[in-house]
Parts: sequence; C-alpha cells; structure tokens
Amino acid sequence: MPGHTDWDAARAAAIIAAHRHREGATLPILHALQDAFGHVPQEAVPLIAEALNLSRAEVHGCLSFYHDFRREPAGRHVVKLCRAEACQAVGADALHAALRAAYGVDWHGTTADGQVTLEPVFCLGLCANGPAALVDGEPVARLDAARLAARLAAA
Amino acid sequence: MTRLFLPRDSVAEALGAGAVARALLEGARRRGRPVTLTRTGSRGLLWLEPLLEVETPAGRIAYGPVAPEDVEGLLDAGLLQGAPHPLRLGRPEEMPFLARQQRLTFARCGLIDPLSLDEYRATGGLRGLEAALALGGAAVVEAVAASGLRGRGGAGFPTGIKWRSVRAAEAAQKYVVCNADEGDSGTFADRLLMEGDPFTLIEGMAIAGLATGATQGYVYIRSEYPLAWRSLNAAIAVAEAAGLLGASVLGSGREFRLEARLGAGAYICGEETSLLESLEGRRGIVRAKPPIPALRGLFGQPTLINNVLSFAAVPWILAHGAAAYAECGMGRSRGTMPFQLAGNIRRGGLVELGFGPTLRALVEEFGGGTRSGRPLRAVQVGGPLGAYFPERLLDLPLDYEALAGAGGMLGHGGIVVFDDTVDMARQARFAFEFCAAESCGKCTPCRIGAVRGVEVIDRVIAGRQPARNLALVEDLCEVMRDGSLCAMGGLTPLPVMSALTHFPEDFRRGAAPLAAE
Repeated sequence: MPGHTDWDAARAAAIIAAHRHREGATLPILHALQDAFGHVPQEAVPLIAEALNLSRAEVHGCLSFYHDFRREPAGRHVVKLCRAEACQAVGADALHAALRAAYGVDWHGTTADGQVTLEPVFCLGLCANGPAALVDGEPVARLDAARLAARLAAA
Repeated sequence: MTRLFLPRDSVAEALGAGAVARALLEGARRRGRPVTLTRTGSRGLLWLEPLLEVETPAGRIAYGPVAPEDVEGLLDAGLLQGAPHPLRLGRPEEMPFLARQQRLTFARCGLIDPLSLDEYRATGGLRGLEAALALGGAAVVEAVAASGLRGRGGAGFPTGIKWRSVRAAEAAQKYVVCNADEGDSGTFADRLLMEGDPFTLIEGMAIAGLATGATQGYVYIRSEYPLAWRSLNAAIAVAEAAGLLGASVLGSGREFRLEARLGAGAYICGEETSLLESLEGRRGIVRAKPPIPALRGLFGQPTLINNVLSFAAVPWILAHGAAAYAECGMGRSRGTMPFQLAGNIRRGGLVELGFGPTLRALVEEFGGGTRSGRPLRAVQVGGPLGAYFPERLLDLPLDYEALAGAGGMLGHGGIVVFDDTVDMARQARFAFEFCAAESCGKCTPCRIGAVRGVEVIDRVIAGRQPARNLALVEDLCEVMRDGSLCAMGGLTPLPVMSALTHFPEDFRRGAAPLAAE
C-alpha cells in the first residue's frame, strides 16, 4: 500500500523498542512493523525475539498463525474480499470468480504489474450491504467490478 | 445555523458518506447557508445508509439513501427546512422499523456524536456508572445477576455468575477483557456500538472493573473493523482526559484503565481462551478448561471476559434497575437482544427487541423479505457455526432455549437470509472449509475433521456413493461435536447437519447417474 518504506533495521529496532514494555507486546509489534514496511520480513524475527526474550520459533509461530501478517510485500493496493455467508447470499462467490479472472490472480496473488493484491477475508461487519470489501483498509459495500475499478482508480 | 447529522459508521462510509459530507458542506457554503454537520453513528437502518438527518422545529427529518450526486438536488429542494423530496423519509423514530424496537443498549446510537462526552451525558450516559459507585461492588454484581443478563457473545452463560466468580477471586491483579472479535458472518452489532456509541462500552467495562476489583481492562477488537478501532481508541482518549478512566474513575479514588488491542485476522480468537492467548502475545491456540478464565485468565490472573453487548447492557441495567431489564424477554432469556438482519435481505440492519420474536417477524416484517425479490429458502442463525433453517421453521421464537431445542443456536444474534438460488450442499461444504481454514489446530477432531469433511462432501456433490458418504458425514459430525475442545469444531456440525436435515434434496443432485450404487 502507499506509504510503506523499505526495510530498515534501525527503524524496526526503534519500533520494537517503543512497544516492548507493553503487556503481551508481540501482536502490537507485528502490527506496527507491518504498518511501517507493508510486511514483516524474516529479518524482523530475531530482533523481536531478542527484545521480548522469546525464542525465534515462538515469534515465527505467532507471525505465521495470523492471517493478517504478511511475510512478503503485497501489491500497491490490497483488496480484501469478504467470502463469508452473508456476502455469499448476495452473489459474492460469482463476483470473486469474475474478479480473480479479470485481474488474472488467485487468492493472495498480486497482479503482474504489481498494482493489486486480492485477499480473502471472513466478514467485515457489512453483512446487510454486501458484497463487501476493504480496499487499502477502507470499507466498500455493494461491491461490483465497476465499483472496485473506480475505487482503485481514485486511490 | 442548521444542524445536519450524517453517520460515520462503516456502512455509511462504505457507501460514500464521506463524499456526501463534503458535498453538503460545499453546497451550503456556496448558498451562504450556515450549517453544522455532526458525524454520528448509524441508527441501524442499514439499507438507507447514508442516512442524512436535518434538525427542524418538527424534530429531526431523515433523507436516504443519499448519494453524493443527490446532494445538490436535496439542497435545491429545501433540505435545510426538511422540505419534501423523493428521498425524504420523515422522522426516523416514526419509521416502523425503528418505532417497533425496544432500544435499551442502542438507545443513543445514531443520535449523538460518538466522541462527545457532553452529548453522552445529556442523553443519560454515565448514570449507570454513578449508580454503581454509590451501590458498591457487591450490590452491582447482584444487580447484574438479578437482571438475568446472559453472555451476548453466543454462549448465553449467566453474566452475574461470572462477575461473582471474579469478584470473589483473590489476586493482586485482576483483568476485565472485552471480546470485540465479532467474527460471525451476519453480525455487526458490536461494530455499530463501538463506532456509534463507544462510551456505553467504556462505561460498562468501568462498572465491571469497579465491581470485580480489576484495575486494567483490554478490548480485543478485530482488525477487520478499522473504523471501529479508530473510534474506540479516540473514545478511550476522551474518557481518559475527562477522568472517566484512569487512576480515579469519576473522582472516586478507584482505578480503572483501558486499552484497545488489535486482532490479526484469526476467527478462532473470538473463542475466549484463544483470545487471551493472543492478548498475551502468542498464537491463538485454545486452552483447555478448567481452569476457567474467571480464576486463571489473562497472564494467569482472574479475568472477567465478556462480549461487547454484555458490557454495553450493564449501564442501562444499573441506571434503570435490574427488574426493569428483566421485564423484557421470554423464558430464561431476559432483557433485550440486538438482532442483526443480513445477507439477502431487503431491509437489513439492527433490531433490538426483548427476546422472543419469531424469525418470521424479523425476516418478513422488519426485513421485508429477500433483497433479490426471490422466495426465501434458508436462514442461518448465529454465524458460521449456527444452523440453517428452512422457511417452514420461521415461526421459531428467538430465545436461547428455543433455538437450541430446534437444533440451532442464537449465538450473537445474526440472521443471514438466502433466497432460492442457494445450494445447501455448497453451504455445508463451506462450513467445513471455514473450520479447516480457521481451526487453531490444537485438537484432532477439529483440525483433521474439517479437512476430511470437505473431502467427503465433495464426494457427495460429485455423486460418488452419496448414501455411504452422507453416513460418513454424520459420523464425522458426531465425532467433532463430542470430541472437540471448543465451539469451533464442536459446532461446525450444526450448519452441516441442519443443511442435511432440512435440505436433503440438495445433497442428491449429483446422485442421479449413480442411483444404482
């Protein structure tokens, strides 16, 4: 997404230091690193482990458990499409199949030009106004292909 | 100066409310008309979002759904005087969808600026907390017990008993944790409240802290709710600055601090012990119970963990009395439940009522049937682990026991409507697929059962030995139900078996060529 910077170990260390004294600091640190760099690269794992007095395996285990955390960079825009039942009831499956075909990617894939990553998500709480999506973190309801294209063009 | 009100709720924003707001301010400025625009929460009439309201001598007049391109025409027609227009809806509180509700928890959602503590106080806010401070902890716990409040997250456990256990537990540090990991499809009441009236949640948690002796609270909120996350954090900051949270709650000398924590996309973290693991900074792996969290919860300390709606019901109970709350409802389900109408529904949104309305009343009278206009075929009640019911069972009353008696569960009160294009074998397959994707992996029935379930249903859909494979599905469901550690594996059989029981024809479609098996 726009606003992310390249990996910078000194900056990462500063981010970790800012959160390390919080109770249960692992998730806040992983979120803060992903906010800064767009993903959590492997280099971050030993830094977090050392700061929190955890093993690398524990940090890796946490990082790999949660769907949100990305270990590779995403495309310029991240589109999270809701696959849950309320959106299914208003045609989400067919819409998603069409979008994946149109963008030429499967779930978690990034378009060849690096512009768009499509990710599945299970429920955005927009269940009365589906199909729903988060486009670069902002909610979009009553989604169709044209609406998504317009949002991406405006972003 | 004319006052305008427009929600900043996720649904409104997702349908262009930001652009509507800009167009309104710009249009009024060009016309030389002074206006103030208050960004509220949503009233819960979600099919009408963005729902714009203007204050007039006759009360607030609503217009909706308003698209950015409607704004110029509205202003020309006399929006600021509440004049007629095709989008004019009249006074919201007179609209049947709202007029027929019993709004206790959601009384001020959509009315006020969610971050204005003055407006919160002016509409009855903080009266519960003040009453709690006057009563003392033991009396507060007994009031919560007497109200009959049960866990609104889905399990329906008596809230007062939990509060008593944590209050009685001896420890130097106790915690209050709010489960705001509202992951069930078809539910959005927690989100509406955190975006539209976050002080009610904060007040409820502060009351819980005072009553149980906990000085630190956490709200674990899912990352799929970015606007609720922002709104709640902003409200916590306002509450701290005003002395509602901190070293001396409302000057009482009693400490209660609150922090919001962001989840990371794991459905299982809505399970309370998995949520606690996640808060501690680990993988969201379910813990075996006992010990119960009330005795050994967050960081091994006594922890009161409740859903957003459970905490949010408490200020009303303390302000108006337990008996008044317990008067609503039916049977052993007391008080009101914020039901949520979702999926293929014409008028989707939030309906807060005393327990006991029928599914039909909600889906037909409030919801107006399907959005597509096609016949309704199924409703799923209680999220992805809830049962599918056919049209002929819509006269079921919605309370905890009645739903359980019909092979389902009320859960968090979400109702997802499907029309006659739904393929129930695909829905059963999805239930297993979802469980496979979201299982924490700790127990075998859930971790392996969900994967095998997808495979077996796929064989049924393909028409390969359907009778034999359906028997296998039933057997698998029994193992998962009886052998899983938590509700994830334990309740996945509900959508699967209800689909099989009520819609057997959908599992025979592939069977025709192999009928002679």
